[in-house]
Amino acid sequence: MTTKKFMFVNRKAPYGTIYAWEALEVVLIAAAFEQDVSLAFLDDGVYQLKKGHNTKAIETKAFEKTWGALEDYDITKLYVAKESLDERGLTTDDLAVPVEVLSRAELGKLMEEQDVILSF
Amino acid sequence: MLHIINKSPYDRPALNSALATADGGSILLIEDAVYAAVKGGAEESKLKAAMGKFKIYALASDLEARGMADRVIDGVTVVDYAGFVDLVADHKTCQSWL
Repeated sequence: MTTKKFMFVNRKAPYGTIYAWEALEVVLIAAAFEQDVSLAFLDDGVYQLKKGHNTKAIETKAFEKTWGALEDYDITKLYVAKESLDERGLTTDDLAVPVEVLSRAELGKLMEEQDVILSF
Repeated sequence: MLHIINKSPYDRPALNSALATADGGSILLIEDAVYAAVKGGAEESKLKAAMGKFKIYALASDLEARGMADRVIDGVTVVDYAGFVDLVADHKTCQSWL
């Protein structure tokens, strides 16, 4: 099978809409087909990675455990926009998984290198 | 009256719109709008400035879900679902800035 470079661009906060969950579903499908998957988090998408989610009261499944499981699917390329973290008063210490922090300009260049971009 | 916001201030202008329009009263932040009640972000000063004119509330369950319950801006009153119901019952009218 041909391997293509897939980038998932996550720009939505978790829980308020279904986008973040839908992205994760497609990420796992792409990984199952052994594609070269990377995830980019910018704008409110960085909130998806915040640690300490307790979703008991809103009766929704939390993200945190799934991020940890991505490594089992050989998904290790998680990129986060520095500007988006800064704007929200967040640092990598606030995030549930290790990520690579890039500037928006660097993320833009990475986007150019992809074969497929999926937007959420 | 009670103004209910459910959109992130970093993504949508719903809170801006409410602040620019509403003539005082109470603001309840729910769902993605709870990010407006979180310390340290670029939008913090806007909410703090609004506190002179509005009483600000945020929903506990939505803060907890997003891992933000421990960094709420001082002066914001955190309410549970029962508190949400009380707020609606105690105000004559509600506007949801969807």
